[in-house]
Amino acid sequence: MSGVLIVAEQRRGELRPVSLELISAAQGLRRAGDEVAVALLTTAPERYIDALKLAGVDEIITVKVRAAEFDPDTFESAIGALIAERHPEVVLVAHSVDSFGYAAALAAKLGLGFATDVFKMERIEGELVATRGGYGQKVNVEVDFPGRSTVLLALRGNVFKPPEAAASPKVSAFAAPAAASRSMAREFIELSAGDDIDMTAAEFILSIGRGIGEEAKVAQFRELADAVGATLGCSRPIADAGWLPKSRQVGQSGKTASACKLYIAMGVSGAIQHLAGMKHVTTIVAVNSDAEASIFGVAKYGIVGDIFEIAEELRRHF
Amino acid sequence: MKILVAVKQVAALDEDFEIRADGRDVEADFLIRDLNEWDDFSLEEAVKIKEAAAEPIEVIAVCVGPEEVDESLRKCLAKGADRAIRVWDAAIEGSDPIAIARVLAAVAKSEAPAMLFAGVQSSDHSFASTGIATAAILGWPHAAVVSSLDYTPGAKSAVFRRELEGGLLHEVEIQCPAVLTIQLGINTPRYASLRSIKQAAAKPIEVRSLADLGLSAGDVGEAGSLSRVRRMYLPDKGRAQLIEGDAAQQAKRLADIIREFKGAAA
Repeated sequence: MSGVLIVAEQRRGELRPVSLELISAAQGLRRAGDEVAVALLTTAPERYIDALKLAGVDEIITVKVRAAEFDPDTFESAIGALIAERHPEVVLVAHSVDSFGYAAALAAKLGLGFATDVFKMERIEGELVATRGGYGQKVNVEVDFPGRSTVLLALRGNVFKPPEAAASPKVSAFAAPAAASRSMAREFIELSAGDDIDMTAAEFILSIGRGIGEEAKVAQFRELADAVGATLGCSRPIADAGWLPKSRQVGQSGKTASACKLYIAMGVSGAIQHLAGMKHVTTIVAVNSDAEASIFGVAKYGIVGDIFEIAEELRRHF
Repeated sequence: MKILVAVKQVAALDEDFEIRADGRDVEADFLIRDLNEWDDFSLEEAVKIKEAAAEPIEVIAVCVGPEEVDESLRKCLAKGADRAIRVWDAAIEGSDPIAIARVLAAVAKSEAPAMLFAGVQSSDHSFASTGIATAAILGWPHAAVVSSLDYTPGAKSAVFRRELEGGLLHEVEIQCPAVLTIQLGINTPRYASLRSIKQAAAKPIEVRSLADLGLSAGDVGEAGSLSRVRRMYLPDKGRAQLIEGDAAQQAKRLADIIREFKGAAA
């Protein structure tokens, strides 16, 4: 049992950036003689070889399968066969919607050591130890995997920096056994904008969360956002309730505030999924009545107070 | 026909809390328990399917945990579940999601439902693993992060949409019975009426032991788990610089930050 096997993800012909972060994460696990291999499963995996020729990769494994896009049965069967052949010590996947659909199944079937949403890996006295969050990310939890010769870890995105330097890894093809799939992918659907706002382009966002309490309060914050010149955004509960269109949702399943430089979060508690869409923003100001809210962990400035009072007072200045 | 809904009673931390003496968990006294937010949606989805079905459907909520989880199961009964099953044994203590999945799979085997729902993840430990591991143990088709579902009980297949990252959906058809993990926002969970809460209080909660399910102590707990908690500790968190003062003073400072940004952007 040695080496690291990374499963890279592609979607609709694009390599998912989180895959590259896994390559950097793997470097800290290397022991003498260990190799880092990156596998990619799709109908034409050779298309991704050039994009994966990066420093830290010793081998690129193309796995040609019948499913062009993610399919749980295909992934479990092919990656299971690859693990059986290569016996890696660690298998790294992204903690993503795709891995939600197969990683736990693979671990349960093969008896692999297993942890998800891991943001730190280390060896303590030779044993692999993974760290993840617990109790709504209020504590850190270290887990180990006694007696497991292969450990599958799903890593949190935006923790490890992707490698930049190019390299010339060897390339091999893995012949995956034919797998019968019990689901059939139909089509991708882009969420219609609902309004013509592009949250990914907004430089200044004022976001509202569960703390606003009721739909009637949305108007007040919409007016405030207009007055200060911000784009109004929201966290998941607001979009789920239909108080703002889904296109305004910032977070993992919504939009990433890619261009944002100033982000004011009002009544947003800061669930990990929301943080994924905005924690990179240089200046985050959090306004929340709960001094313990997670959002204060990523904000540059914090205001502990009543969001309606602050909103009213702020409006006077514009 | 039956739809099985796996639910979890999650724990949130009290404002001040202490780590247990063995360093591997938080002292139980500091935990505030509730039904997992995601499970409200998966239960509602099952109840909606039941209400729309031509034939009688039994919605069964199942939870692995000690007596205190009855509170969450009663909530499920009040919101439309027909039966509630609780599985517990001291040996289950210390189980990871895979060991819990083994228990849930055993319940599914004995109830033989047409469909099994679980939440995408739990709000406390966010493993996003239990439902899909249950499917693997059962050998059933499975899909995660389902944000809309078209399913008629008894049908050989169901069509659903997976909610992907960045506002993209993926439509998929799946063979049934299947395990689907249900995403927030798939429906609008109902509130329990006072009357249904009262009725739920009088309903029995069926308690099963490991032996009832044909499991042994080695299938659960640390022995049946794929990971083990070594240590729990408080993270060194980045902390926002707090803007002090009354609301007017705080808002004034916030207005200055906005103006600084606008000046720099201009």
